Amino acid sequence: MGVASPVADSPFLVAKLEELINWGRKHSVWPMTFGLACCAIEMMEAGASRFDMARFGMEVFRNSPRQSDLMIVAGRVSQKMGPVLKHLYDQMLEPKWVIAMGDCSSSGGIFNNYAIIQGVDKIVPVDVYVAGCPPSPDNLLYGLIKLQGKIAREHPLHPVARQADLRELLAKAS
Amino acid sequence: MPSNISLLALVLITIVKGAVLIGALLMAFAYGTWLERRLVGRFQLRLGPNRVGPLGLMQPMADGVKVIFKEDFVPAQADRLAYWLAPALVVAVALTAFAVIPFGPPSVKLFGVPLFYISNVNVGILLILAVTSIGAYGVILGGWASNSKYSLLGGLRSTAQLISYELGVGLAILGVILLAGTLELPQIVEQQAGTWFGFLPRWNIFLQPLGFLLYSIGALAETNRAPFDLPEAEQELTTGYQTEYGGMKSAMFYMAEYIDIVLVSSIATLLFLGGWQGPFIQQLPGLGVLWFLVKVLAFVFIFIWLRATLPRIRYDQLMDLGWKVVLPLALLNLLLTALIVLIWPWLGGGG
Repeated sequence: MGVASPVADSPFLVAKLEELINWGRKHSVWPMTFGLACCAIEMMEAGASRFDMARFGMEVFRNSPRQSDLMIVAGRVSQKMGPVLKHLYDQMLEPKWVIAMGDCSSSGGIFNNYAIIQGVDKIVPVDVYVAGCPPSPDNLLYGLIKLQGKIAREHPLHPVARQADLRELLAKAS
Repeated sequence: MPSNISLLALVLITIVKGAVLIGALLMAFAYGTWLERRLVGRFQLRLGPNRVGPLGLMQPMADGVKVIFKEDFVPAQADRLAYWLAPALVVAVALTAFAVIPFGPPSVKLFGVPLFYISNVNVGILLILAVTSIGAYGVILGGWASNSKYSLLGGLRSTAQLISYELGVGLAILGVILLAGTLELPQIVEQQAGTWFGFLPRWNIFLQPLGFLLYSIGALAETNRAPFDLPEAEQELTTGYQTEYGGMKSAMFYMAEYIDIVLVSSIATLLFLGGWQGPFIQQLPGLGVLWFLVKVLAFVFIFIWLRATLPRIRYDQLMDLGWKVVLPLALLNLLLTALIVLIWPWLGGGG
């Protein structure tokens, strides 16, 4: 793949292609329609007229995980929801990103008990954590803009490499 | 028998016209999505995409780059051939139908070849109906090949919807054909030249108001647009027949949808709104393309307006509307038109 193996005597073109890909990905982050709890109400608000995610080209909430790029984990993840969430994440096509929205999905929040997974980063790799209980829509927008910055800095093939890193990490941990 | 030079010119000009048309239609798809997102934003008191380029004009390019560089994916249990064939089929069919659409008057010629349509078939409208019907195969193949229950149910629904409303659309178009007495699209438009009583354009919409209404309803249903977008219902079917399609393959279904919108708008313009007829068309025939585009854009705008306004109807309501309202009314319209044409044969200009 031309993106992965830069030709020695023409680095300029390769660099520009990477920038183009990152530019496209950055400005077209389509989230999945996936709300778990009260944070989802704030996520819907972020798409409505006062905050309007559409300005950044992010209002296209896709219904199928195959067509979406971003999973916003909006709310607490119970032990029963965990496998479903992992399944949906696995069904998304590369490159894909995850935002842990709110304290519950970031760390378990106030639900420090047996029923809730203490942070969604235990099952999927999280790119941006948005603090708040629940975070207001402008907090989520700030997180989304941070994610745009992260995408712009990535190598276009980095997300795949990240998966490998994660598998290594998991192997070391177990 | 044309000479060799004119035959060569014909072939070359036709190839160039086809390439230009396909490029224009793909741009129409890209900027159709932009227009829809901006307009729906305005309808909902939002701004819509405005950060990528001036007025968000680069948004479709960003989406395109992202979609092309997504992972290429085929489900493990899918029927691979049909899975690949389905999106290609729907796009190819939508593009093919444009071969017989005249965008401007046939009198504008280059080396004796009409400039504003690719070919003039004497059964033009019949050809369009036949070709667009094949699009239903793309939808059902996509639903079947994905090997997913949501896709299959979405595909079945979509096919039922397409077949139900095609009858209504066909009968509504038949009214215009009775008036015109021809299936040739440029001739149908030429018959709509001039005015009645000095101010009312001789468009078929004034002779066939019911037919125009029924055609518009049927066109909405055939292009899977709101309020008839049941095949891709988010809540029950998770995007219907497209559930397992991602990246460029899913974008191709959208490409077909937007090109189909332009297609049904063009047919409505040609049959009911006088095609390229407009002011100053005698002095400057090239101006016809502008009038044609303005009318098509107005129709596309109404499509987007309806999507922002109306909620989706239920499946049984859809079937009721199709079989108990649109079809009988279209038959009534056909009967009345036939009677009127029998009494005043000069009315539509066909004789």
